[in-house]
Amino acid sequence: MARDMSDIDILKMELEQLKKEVSTPREPVSKTSKDIMEWCEAASATDLLITGVPDDKNPYKPEKGGCIIT
Amino acid sequence: MGEMDTLKKEADGLKAQIEAARKAVNDTTMAAVASGVAAAPRVQLKNRKTLKGHLAKIYGLHWSADNRHMVSASQDGKLLIWDTYTGNKVYAIPLKSSWVMSCSMAPSGNLVASGGLDNMCTVVNIKAASPKTLRELDAHEGYLSHSRFLSDTELLTASGDTTCCLWDLETGKQKVIYKSHVGDCMCLAVSPDQNTFISGACDSTAKLWDIRDGGCKQTFIGHTSDINAIAFYPSGTAVITGSDDCTLKMYDLRADQEVNGYQDAALNAGVTSVSLSSSGRLIFAGYDNFNCNIWDSLKAEKVGVLSGHDNRVSCIGVPDDGLGVCTGSWDSFLKIWN
Repeated sequence: MARDMSDIDILKMELEQLKKEVSTPREPVSKTSKDIMEWCEAASATDLLITGVPDDKNPYKPEKGGCIIT
Repeated sequence: MGEMDTLKKEADGLKAQIEAARKAVNDTTMAAVASGVAAAPRVQLKNRKTLKGHLAKIYGLHWSADNRHMVSASQDGKLLIWDTYTGNKVYAIPLKSSWVMSCSMAPSGNLVASGGLDNMCTVVNIKAASPKTLRELDAHEGYLSHSRFLSDTELLTASGDTTCCLWDLETGKQKVIYKSHVGDCMCLAVSPDQNTFISGACDSTAKLWDIRDGGCKQTFIGHTSDINAIAFYPSGTAVITGSDDCTLKMYDLRADQEVNGYQDAALNAGVTSVSLSSSGRLIFAGYDNFNCNIWDSLKAEKVGVLSGHDNRVSCIGVPDDGLGVCTGSWDSFLKIWN
């Protein structure tokens, strides 16, 4: 845990991590953002919090009317 | 101390290299890319149900994979499992320690986990004849801030001891320890494909981890205070973080950097919790100022507010079917909106 480590050990750990991350492959934002946007737009068509939930399909909407007693 | 200085210089050099590499691919912004997208409709969600039963602050909630049940944890010392369709409490599980900070339910619905200032994660089988403690996972050296089940046999935890951990529930032992954060780990979220998870910490960074080999693959910087909440974008290619610095950020995993920010000069309350609608278009963010703001994740505009709680919104969750959003608060109530 970082709490038990000396300052120099923490620095060594951070350095090891930075060495790994330098070679992370990075794609252009123009491409990756466009992909996120397109994915989201396609999924929005079925996102019930955007399209709204019809009353008859909404398990949280209280039912209208009373009950029938026979 | 010569060695410290040399190491520090080397680290600064690498950080500069990484920033340069990020800048090199930063050829546009998400805002520009999304400028042609139609604005999200002004979101009018109504409070459909209020779940009453807890007697003190609610600290955590988690929907069941069945989209109907939910577990909530409160510092009244109880976990409550709700049938959200009827509003009934199905189980009440007393906790040994009332200082609970989080709870979660396994995808099977058989197990729930909770933990907090006791530094332990207690796993309970709720489907046994009467709810029975299965395991007390006891190796973290700091508080348990978050947990998520991968299955009935594996559980991920995040801790104030700065590590996250993967536990084997059959043996009760740690399988993998994720070490790299230098501040308390406050939250975690599992990727849709369950190969990676992301953690947010008090060192202001979010880190992406390989679940199996324990390695930290990417580190996301930019926040200037504790990251309290984190969620995967449903596409699996981005992550949303919420912080005490009053902002949320979208980090793009493939560009390895922040591509959108959600902030408002008028907002000076920290973000406590985050959840996304099923398409990712709407971000529900709970703040210290008792409200929940709804952000358009693409255009970075505020499109709605959920107001109704009388105290901090501490936790939020959207079920897998996206049929609603639930907010949990220090006012002891859970509210379901759609």
